Amino acid sequence: MTLLSVKNLAIDLARGTDKHRLVSDASWQLDAGETLAIVGESGSGKSLTALAVMGLLADELAAAEGEILLDGVDLLQATQDELRALRGPQMAMVFQEPMTSLNPVKTIGYQLTEGVRHHLGYSAKQAKARALELLDQVGISDATQRLKQYPHQLSGGMRQRVMIAIALACKPKLILADEPTTALDVTIQAQILTLMSRLCREHGVGLVLITHNLGIVARHARRVVVMYGGRVVEEADAIQLYREPRHPYTQGLLASVPRMDSNRETELQPIAGAPPDPFDVIGGCRFNPRCRYVSDQCRAESPVLEDAADHSVACWNWFDVAKGLAIPQESESA
Amino acid sequence: MSAIPLLKIDNLHVRFPIRAGLLQRTVGEVQAVNGVSFEVNKGEAFGIVGESGCGKTTIARAILRLVNATEGEISYNGENITAFDRHQLTPFRRKVQAIFQDPFSSLNPRKTTKDIIGEPLRVHKLAQGAGIEQRINELLELCELPARFAELYPHEMSGGQRQRVGIARALAMEPEMIVCDEAVSALDVSIQAQIINLLERLRKELGLTYVFIGHDLSVVRHLCNRVAVMYLGRIMEIADAEPLFKEPCHPYTRALLDAVPNPDPAVEAGREVEPLQGEVPNPSNPPPGCVFHTRCPVAVDQCRHSVPRLQNTAHNQAAACWLAQPSVNSSSLNKEYVNV
Repeated sequence: MTLLSVKNLAIDLARGTDKHRLVSDASWQLDAGETLAIVGESGSGKSLTALAVMGLLADELAAAEGEILLDGVDLLQATQDELRALRGPQMAMVFQEPMTSLNPVKTIGYQLTEGVRHHLGYSAKQAKARALELLDQVGISDATQRLKQYPHQLSGGMRQRVMIAIALACKPKLILADEPTTALDVTIQAQILTLMSRLCREHGVGLVLITHNLGIVARHARRVVVMYGGRVVEEADAIQLYREPRHPYTQGLLASVPRMDSNRETELQPIAGAPPDPFDVIGGCRFNPRCRYVSDQCRAESPVLEDAADHSVACWNWFDVAKGLAIPQESESA
Repeated sequence: MSAIPLLKIDNLHVRFPIRAGLLQRTVGEVQAVNGVSFEVNKGEAFGIVGESGCGKTTIARAILRLVNATEGEISYNGENITAFDRHQLTPFRRKVQAIFQDPFSSLNPRKTTKDIIGEPLRVHKLAQGAGIEQRINELLELCELPARFAELYPHEMSGGQRQRVGIARALAMEPEMIVCDEAVSALDVSIQAQIINLLERLRKELGLTYVFIGHDLSVVRHLCNRVAVMYLGRIMEIADAEPLFKEPCHPYTRALLDAVPNPDPAVEAGREVEPLQGEVPNPSNPPPGCVFHTRCPVAVDQCRHSVPRLQNTAHNQAAACWLAQPSVNSSSLNKEYVNV
């Protein structure tokens, strides 16, 4: 069953009288209880998409087109009050920086109970019991003591556990996690992601995991959306995507990361150039200046996301690219 | 192996005082680096991995003489640099250069690329007059940047381009060794691969030696031929990259490897991973015995009160663990890794 459906989403930035399109034509779906990863580099629009779902876009940004359906309700048409009622019991977000996204002057207990008291009408006593239960679920010991502490008294990993507990507090159906472990050490990263995956599975929560780390995607996600320059360039089942990447960008990403099981002597195959600035005007496919297989059509027309047997791709030459039939152009210098 | 290693670190200790109160009296100290020894030969890429607070950056800074060693010796080309005075440091700093993590904060925002790279050339009198410009162009080309970048300011460049300028600046000194502190960590995936390849090419072409500090094991494995794994100021394991990652002897190395997901869902699906529990203890109050015992899944009683020393487990591989098994082939042991 589809929990969240993003259809032809476009996000505009208004600068004075100018309008700038930062995300265009983004479409994907998340089933209930499923984990979907959105992968992309800086400026790909992955965080903006998540903020649009939560209704948290800054004032100068606006979702200009498309729809975001959460259980059939269009979030883009919802009023601020309606959105506020949905955030918490229906959807929640875990941010990258637990230090800046927790309130430094409120206790952990206050921040954990705020949601259930406001949304679910819990009494102080019920809320406290719920908070203790949540801290236990996220593996924080001395829960009673922790409720009285402030964020600065906790380590980075602990803070992120608290963030997850807050997100889970009102039993949402959807959690969006934007680079939840990027700021953490590898062993803590593994702890947090394993914990988050397990809790979402146990409670049937749909998880959108936004990351740039292809290893994390491989370990935790079932479906993957690849974004580049504000567009979705590929979407597929994780195993399928890694086995047969169809977009030259996805192929390039996979060839760029060193693997623990690769031959150390093999040279990495980076993608030439750099990700585009969101304000760059690029005709046709946004990836064409960096693409090895660029053709005239790519410079002239923007490819649409083609839905082909559960593996969508936005590339004019995807078939040849995927099957290894495309001929790389002479690379130009960076 | 040459007679004298290019860099030799012998029983290095770095302690920072903790000051508190009105009079800023010393109330304790942080053992950032605790009895670390290793050698780096010319042309090698030596990697140091570990989590925050393990002391890897402090070692980098000690090599660059940006912090002073509390105890122990750092020898460069056979000379003890911990005793160098200002006049001896100047030529040393030319030979040993650094590349930092964040190319935005390590480049002066008010200077153009030309001035950033040109300044050390002038200070060290490595080029004069028109020679300076020529040298800058050579360096830009070496780092695969178009000549027009000479006129740009850091904010006009992308992260990868800025890192290339940082590398060009380090190379301007014609160094023998470069200390790279998380040099590719802040970059996007596709750019990271470009810089890794560039570093590798430069090492081969210019015969450079790297001390590469990183937390991304797959990057370190790719770039380095020898690696030390650190935890709370101590080396847990040290070995050639290939065996270290294939047959780790220390439980911490194993846990680190488990924590790194492979970019392949088919592999990950068949992998049972039990992440390491707990967190790194406070370095101002490290646990007694083996510093890792509080999180070690196989710790025994001995680990809780006596500190294991680095012991060879195989040729060129040593681990500081009571439970690490020395290899049968102990005749080929290389004693120089054993800590004093």
